[in-house]
Amino acid sequence: MRLYSIAVYLFLYIPIGIIVLFSFNAGRHASELKGLSVKWYGKALDNPFVIDALFTSLTIAFCAATLASIMGTSAALALQRIKGPLKAIFDGMIYISIMIPGIVIGIATLVALVSVFDVLNPIIADVWLGDKAPKLELGMISVIAAHTLFTMSLVIVIVRARIAGMDRALIEASTDLYASPWATFRQVTLPQLAPAILAGFLLSFTFSFDDFIISFFVAGPNTTLPIYVFSSIRRGITPEVNAIGAMVMGASLLLLIVAQLLLRRDHRR
Amino acid sequence: MTSPAQTDTPDIRFENATKRYGDVVAVDSLSLAIDKGEFFSFLGPSGCGKTTSLRLIAGFEQPTEGDVLIGGASMVGTPPHKRPVNMVFQHYALFPHMNVADNVGYGLRQLSPRPPKSEIQKRVDETLELVQLAEYGKRRIWELSGGQQQRVALARALICRPTVLLLDEPLAALDRKLRREMQIELQTLQRDVGITFVLVTHDQEEALSMSDRICIMRDGRIVQSGTPRELYDRPLNRYVADFVGKSNFIPGKIATVNGRSIDIESDGGMLFSCNPSTEQDTYTVGDSASIAVRPELISIGPPGSNAEALGTDVVIPGRIQNRIFLGEHTEYLVSTEKYGEILVLSPKYIESVRGSFERDEDVAIGWKNETALALEDT
Ligand SMILES: Nc1ncnc2c1ncn2[C@@H]1O[C@H](COP(=O)(O)OP(=O)(O)OP(=O)(O)O)[C@@H](O)[C@H]1O
Ligand SMILES: [Mg+2]
Repeated sequence: MRLYSIAVYLFLYIPIGIIVLFSFNAGRHASELKGLSVKWYGKALDNPFVIDALFTSLTIAFCAATLASIMGTSAALALQRIKGPLKAIFDGMIYISIMIPGIVIGIATLVALVSVFDVLNPIIADVWLGDKAPKLELGMISVIAAHTLFTMSLVIVIVRARIAGMDRALIEASTDLYASPWATFRQVTLPQLAPAILAGFLLSFTFSFDDFIISFFVAGPNTTLPIYVFSSIRRGITPEVNAIGAMVMGASLLLLIVAQLLLRRDHRR
Repeated sequence: MTSPAQTDTPDIRFENATKRYGDVVAVDSLSLAIDKGEFFSFLGPSGCGKTTSLRLIAGFEQPTEGDVLIGGASMVGTPPHKRPVNMVFQHYALFPHMNVADNVGYGLRQLSPRPPKSEIQKRVDETLELVQLAEYGKRRIWELSGGQQQRVALARALICRPTVLLLDEPLAALDRKLRREMQIELQTLQRDVGITFVLVTHDQEEALSMSDRICIMRDGRIVQSGTPRELYDRPLNRYVADFVGKSNFIPGKIATVNGRSIDIESDGGMLFSCNPSTEQDTYTVGDSASIAVRPELISIGPPGSNAEALGTDVVIPGRIQNRIFLGEHTEYLVSTEKYGEILVLSPKYIESVRGSFERDEDVAIGWKNETALALEDT
């Protein structure tokens, strides 16, 4: 049994370990280890394409996580008032949207966006008064929209757990002390939910930043970091790609740990 | 005991207020008036509608039927944040993300126009002083003991000087000794600030010792309301007598009714002369009723004692079944042949003269006729 679990963990983590190890490779081929160095990290960070893709990814992740946090929190607050079969339906839809494979979301969003654009673009062209009508097309905004969509469910689930664990008497105490509903929301509800919202934000950020499949479908001409990595390994796996992978992994892990700590602390209170 | 300041308009009035949750009737056409400056308690067993009554005053619930008035104005449709009352919650409901001073000043910060910072600071300091927590303003909530949290909750509810303070079992979470201390403090505080207190409790001792008036509830209805002494000395029925203090009940039938004296024939065959518990003539010969005697009004003596020796009108032989030493008095459970088990409380000063009794010892017990009450079984 022990051996078995060791085997499972080795199987899971050896590939990751190899990537991290080879990112420190001093040689220029990914297949043979020739001493250790951090030169590929420097190379990766000097590459303007990598930096470009990194900024695209960060912008998308930040926007998507922000939107998902705001919309997810609002949805969670509204959903607490719903009861009965309607609640079951909403619950079901939220969990389904978390479990649906990324490729399905990718294709679905692509088809949806393209068909909406096809309908809207001629209309915009018709009513536009200037010379050149703007044209809706795939780009950063469509990636943000798609990422917001699937990370929002995560925020809803996390924030709702926090709402359920919250003492209702706190809200009653606030209204009893002459606070209007809005003042109560601002001074009691929001501070109580803050750790959960922040954790939801960090998770959404990580998921969006790491996402390849959905971005690949709807990014249009834009290149996010995962897309850049994907296209560069078609020219062979270089230590530079390993270095990027190791850095992305480190950053994601850090965010996930922070989110976990927030939720844990949340639990203790 | 202070007598409540009487005014023309009572502070709070329930007019046939009913609250239903689906099929459950939590409060059933409640009508009562609470006077200004009064310390009023709702007393009753779990689920009898005490909290619901309080929440109707606070505005967290709206009556399904009827009305609740505060200071003569109907409160139907008025949300909690617009009512001149404040509440101390059962588990205090202190805001965990604020320190003690911010919790206490919360109500003041919601007022519009908002008082200046210095004014708020001053009032917070005063109120913390009032509840003896002057140095605790900067503390976090979880750094306080249960009793200290209770005081913070009290300070937070008092700072806006509401016309009515509502307290939902505010002392339930405290240990016995601390509870006793807080009871005295609450009473003193109420006299000092002079505002109406409405307390919910299921602890009869607490209600008796603190209140000017008590309302005893059952199944959402009032059974009896009155001063603690009225409830204790003149309970309307067996339910009240049982709930307020301890009492022995001997079942029987009403044999004769003549003015202030009612004879009840017990199921054991003996005739007991009792006082009526109400002024009203509700006693009908032949109805079933109980003879109620408080344990502390029963004398206990050696077997064969006559009425004269015991100083009583009634004498019943019995045997000590159990003895509990309670310090200032001893509680005897005496089994009798015809009247079941009878509880007797014997104070220390009598024991020190007459001696005490052991388990399985034969004894004689008795009481004076005027201490027994005729209670109808409801
Ligand atoms: N929100 C609610 N929904 C449904 N039923 C309720 C609700 N609140 C109270 N009840 C019911 O109304 C009745 C009275 O409840 P209430 O809380 O007033 O009792 P209580 O006298 O305060 O009891 P306790 O001493 O246990 O606190 C109970 O039968 C309870 O189950
Ligand atoms: Mg209650």
